[in-house]
Parts: sequence; C-alpha cells; structure tokens
Amino acid sequence: MKRWIPLIVFVALAGFFYVGLHRDPHAVPSPFIGKPAPAFNLPVVGQPGKTFSPAENLGKVWLLNVWAPWCVSCRQEHPELMRLARSGAVPIYGLNWKDKDREAAGLLTAIGNPYVEVADDLSGQAGIDWGVTGTPETYVIDKKGIIRMKQIGIITDKVWQTKFVPLLRELNQ
Amino acid sequence: MKRLILALLIVLASPVFAEEAKPVGGDPAIEQRMDNLTQNLRCLVCQNESLAASHADLAEDLRKDIRKQMKMGKTDKQVVQYLTDRYGDFVLYKPPLRSYTILLWFGPALFLLLGMGIWYFTLRKRRSIQAGDQASAEAMKQAADLLERND
Repeated sequence: MKRWIPLIVFVALAGFFYVGLHRDPHAVPSPFIGKPAPAFNLPVVGQPGKTFSPAENLGKVWLLNVWAPWCVSCRQEHPELMRLARSGAVPIYGLNWKDKDREAAGLLTAIGNPYVEVADDLSGQAGIDWGVTGTPETYVIDKKGIIRMKQIGIITDKVWQTKFVPLLRELNQ
Repeated sequence: MKRLILALLIVLASPVFAEEAKPVGGDPAIEQRMDNLTQNLRCLVCQNESLAASHADLAEDLRKDIRKQMKMGKTDKQVVQYLTDRYGDFVLYKPPLRSYTILLWFGPALFLLLGMGIWYFTLRKRRSIQAGDQASAEAMKQAADLLERND
C-alpha cells in the first residue's frame, strides 16, 4: 500500500493541473448574478438624440453584448451574433465600450448590425458599473431586469447551445 | 593642480538621486493613499499585476475612478467596497475569510498538522524498532565473554 502513495499523489496533482489547463483565468465569477442590472443612460450609436437605458427593457429577456470596434475577438464573435439576430432568438443590445476613435457606426454599416440598439459608452463608466473586465462580454437579463448570467469571451455555437439556450428557455417560460 | 582636479572630480561625481516622475497637479496625500491601496488590488486585465502597476486601459480608468472617489472624501474601505461590488472578491489580493476560502486560509495549518502527525508516528515507530533491537542480557554477557577472551 505504502509504495503506491507517491503514485496516488502524482495522479491527484496531475488531475488538478489538467483541469486547470482548460480553465479560463479571465472567467471571474461576476458578483452581479442575481442582482438588478446597473442603470445607465447613454446615447445610441448612429441615432443622434436618442438614448438607451436598461430600464426600457423591463418585461423582456434580452442580452447586453459589450464590444468595441477595436476589439479583435469581438470581430470573431460577430458572425455568430449576426446568426442569432437573424434567428430572432433573443433581442441583442450592444454596449460600445470606449470607442475613442468613433468607429462603431461606420463599422456596423460595413459588416452588418446584429444589435437592436447600441449604447455608446465612451468614458467606459457604464462598463465599470457592470463589472466589465474586457471585451467581448455578454450579459443575460431577465424580465425583471435581473442579471442572470455573464459570458466572458466569445459566444461560439457550442457556448450558445450549452449555456444560453437552456437559460433562455427557462427565462422565457 | 592635480589635487584640485581630483577634488573637482569628486565633487562632480557626487551621486544624483533620481525619482520616478510623479503625476503633476495631483494631491500628494491622495496619490499616496491611492498608491498604497492599489498595491493590494488586482488588475482585472493582467491578473498578475496590481492595479497600481498595471498599464492596462481598465486599470488606468479604475485608478482615475479611485482618485475621484478619494477626492469626494470616501474612505479606503468604501473604495474597496465600490470595487468588490463590481468585480467581486477577485480584485483583492488578500482574500477575505468566507465559507469558500476556509481551506485557503487554514489549509497551510492543516498541512502542518498533517506533517507533524506523520513525523510523530514515524519517530515513534523508529524508537520501537530500536527498542526491539536491543540485545538481551544473556547475549550481552556472551559478547562480553568473547571480547575478554580475545584480550
């Protein structure tokens, strides 16, 4: 028995390391899950004079996708968002985070716009209030305005099927 | 003359004390407080850097935010609360004692106890082996006889 102990310790450690390798260190648990979505009131990209506030969406389940024109991963995520927007699964709103070069409107015209509306967070304060650590990040907000999930990183088809679809089904019931 | 030049050189070579550039216009007391506080906070972007050291965009924004709040008269505790409300305990380099951090806090003590336990039992076992090895009185006498005969 005794001579097996090193092997057992090794296998246990290897197991921890193996699991650790496949975990995203940026996937920090959000303290907002189960809490009301923080308020903001920001101008809408491409629609001068119009503003967007999360409170307007009370009564529906919606997504807030934090992105930026300068963000490379967001461009990678864009086709999936387009596909989701076309399917009409859930309304997707955008938060244009710290777009200092004012490129969002032009970019969305050029590559397609999956968003119902995009709020323009030039200073990044709304992002800070929502606990954004990087782009892209996507929040699921329920009918009562409570944040139910936060996806850090790109929504791939697999992520969509495993994390979003079951939750949205439950929330839309 | 030579001596004079030497003296001059020594004077010229006196050490020059350089310091990192301080942000201009900032209230030094607040800068100091902010620096002390952000040393112990984690940057959310480059997670192995402190909020004080990081050059990430978000870290700069957060430092600006912290500075603003300190100017508004918020205490360090309130500022930390502001950050943990948004980013969770993850921003703290020193994790608070929670039900899920018990192992983190007391794990080392647990391992120390475990090690001491193993140590104690190993020593005890070794002592009993040594005690068992001790020769009987008869054998000792036999050995002594043998040694005497050799003399």
